[in-house]
Amino acid sequence: MNKITNRQIICEVLSEHAKTDKDIVVLCSDSRGSASLAPFAKEFPEQFVEVGIAEQDLVGIAAGLAKCGKKAYAASPASFLSTRSYEQAKVDCAYSQTNVKLIGISGGVSYGALGMSHHSAQDIAGMCAIPGMRVYLPSDRFQTRCLFEALLKDEKPAYIRIGRNAVEDTYEEGNVPFEMDKATVVTKGTDALIVACGEMVKPAKDAAELLKAEGISATVLDMYCVKPLDVNGLLDAAKGVKVVVSVEEHSPFGGLGSMVSQVIGANDPKKVINLALPDAPVITGTSKEVFDHYGLNAEGIAKTVKENI
Amino acid sequence: MRNLKALSYKLRRDVVEMIMAGKAGHIGGDMSVMETLVSIYFHAMNISPENQNDPTRDMFVMSKGHCVEALYAVLAEKGFFPIETVIKEYSQFGSKFIGHPNNKLPGIEMNSGSLGHGLPVAIGMALAQKMNGTDARTYVVMGDGELAEGSVWEGAMSATQYKLDNLCAVVDRNRLQISGTTEEVMHQDYVEERFKAFGWNVISVDGNDIDAMNAAFDEAKTVKSRPTLVVANTTKGKGSAVMENKASWHHHVPSQEEYEQIMKDLKAYEEAFANE
Repeated sequence: MNKITNRQIICEVLSEHAKTDKDIVVLCSDSRGSASLAPFAKEFPEQFVEVGIAEQDLVGIAAGLAKCGKKAYAASPASFLSTRSYEQAKVDCAYSQTNVKLIGISGGVSYGALGMSHHSAQDIAGMCAIPGMRVYLPSDRFQTRCLFEALLKDEKPAYIRIGRNAVEDTYEEGNVPFEMDKATVVTKGTDALIVACGEMVKPAKDAAELLKAEGISATVLDMYCVKPLDVNGLLDAAKGVKVVVSVEEHSPFGGLGSMVSQVIGANDPKKVINLALPDAPVITGTSKEVFDHYGLNAEGIAKTVKENI
Repeated sequence: MRNLKALSYKLRRDVVEMIMAGKAGHIGGDMSVMETLVSIYFHAMNISPENQNDPTRDMFVMSKGHCVEALYAVLAEKGFFPIETVIKEYSQFGSKFIGHPNNKLPGIEMNSGSLGHGLPVAIGMALAQKMNGTDARTYVVMGDGELAEGSVWEGAMSATQYKLDNLCAVVDRNRLQISGTTEEVMHQDYVEERFKAFGWNVISVDGNDIDAMNAAFDEAKTVKSRPTLVVANTTKGKGSAVMENKASWHHHVPSQEEYEQIMKDLKAYEEAFANE
C-alpha cells in the first residue's frame, strides 16, 4: 500500500530542480502545509512567495513573476484556485500566455466530509473552457513525477489537479510509460474501453482485472492529459470495442466524459457511458466512501461495462 | 527636453482620431489619464522599442485597460508602432489593436481589461525584479472606480508585506465611473487614508499637471521599503468643455460637430503650452 502522496512528489521534483534553477518560484496562499510544500519553503525561502488567503493575488502575482522570467508554480486547494481565481487563470495566465503552473491540490472530493465548499467537481470543465489553458490529472506518484519533469521544460500555462490522499500505484517504479500529451495504455483489451484520469485510473485498472476473470477483455486508457485531449490515442483505443466507459472524479458536465463523448460521437459512433459524481452536493464521507457510494470503484466500473457490452 | 505639456494635448488629438475612425473608445478616461501616461513613458520609466526585451527594463501594466486608446497614442509616440496604423486599424475586423491591451503588440507586457488584475500582476513583476537583483521598477495605473474590486486590496496588502519600494501604482482619480460619480456608486473619498493604512507611501497631486506628476514619480524613486501610490486627481474628459466631467462620456463617440469643437479646444491647449 503506497503511502507517498502525489503532492509530496511535486515538492520533491520542484526542490530537486530549484537547487540549480533559481527561476523556479513556488507560491502558496496559506496552503504550504496542505500542498506538502513546506519543505520547499524551508529550503528555498528566496524562491517561495506566501500571499496569505488571497487566491486572486496568488495567481496575479504568479503571472507577474512569470512575465519577468520566473517559472511560477502556484499551489492552492483546487476548490478555491479553480473558482476564486478563475478570472486570473483566464486573463493573467492563459490570455497573457505566462509561464504559470496552477496546482490544484486536494482536488475533487479529497476533502470528503468538509462538504461542497471544499470540493472541486467543476474544475476540469472550467479550466478546459479557457482558450490556451492545459489541464492535467496525473494518476499516481510515478506519473506525477514524469508530468512535472515535462512541465518544467515548457513555458506555457497549465492547470494540474491532484488529490489529497496517497493513491495506490498504477505503474511500477522505473517502468513508467509516459509521453507528454499522449494518453497511456494501462492494459490492452478488445471488448470495452475504459478511459479514466487522476485517481480513477487505478480503480479502472482493477475493474479490467475483475472483467478479465469473467472473460471480458477491456483496454484501460489513462487520459492524464485531459486538455489537450489525446484524440488519436483515444480513437486508436476505441477501435473495435463495443462500449466506451469514461470515469472521472468530476461533475457529469464538461469534464473528461463530455470530451470523450464528443470525440467518439464525431469519429467512431458507439455507446459511451460517463461515470462521474452526481450533479449535487455529494453524500458526506471520506473520498473513498464517496467513490464507493457512487460506483466510482473497480466493482462499479466493471458492472457498468458488463451491463452495456 | 520635450514639451510634455503640449505633447499630452497632441496625443489627445490622436486618441480622438482613433475613436472617430474606430467608432468606439473610452474617451473620458483616455483624456483624464493622459498626463499620467506621458509622465510615466517620457519621464519616469526606462522603456523604449530598443530595450523592450531587456530583462532590466522597467515594467508597466495598464490595469484600467479600457483606456487603451491613450496607451496606444503614447506607445506610438515612443516608436513602438506608427500612429497612422493604429488610427486605421483600431477596433476594425481582425485588428491587433483591440479595445483593451494585448501583449501580441510590441510595448504591451500584459493583457488586461477586467479590472482589479493589474496590481497583483505588477507586484509579481516587482518581486521578480528584486529577486533578479535589478534596479528596475514597475508601474501600474488603475482607475478610481476599479478600487471597488477586492483583488486591489489583496494586492495592497501583499505589496507592503514584501516592502516593494520598486513598485509605483497610480490611481486616476477622475471621480466618475460609468453610472455616475464614484461617491454615488462606491465612495473613494478616503483613498489616500486607505492606502496609508495598508502601509503605502501616498502622494496626492494634480494628475493633469505634468510637472506635478514628474515630481511625484521622482519622489517615489527615493522612498525605501514601501510601495508608493500616486493619487492623480484628474478631470474626466480633460481638454474640452464638450466632454469634461460628464459620466455619459465614459465611452462615447463624438458627433461631427462635437469632434470639431473638441479638436479645436485640444489644439488651443497644445499651442498655448507650446508657447510657454
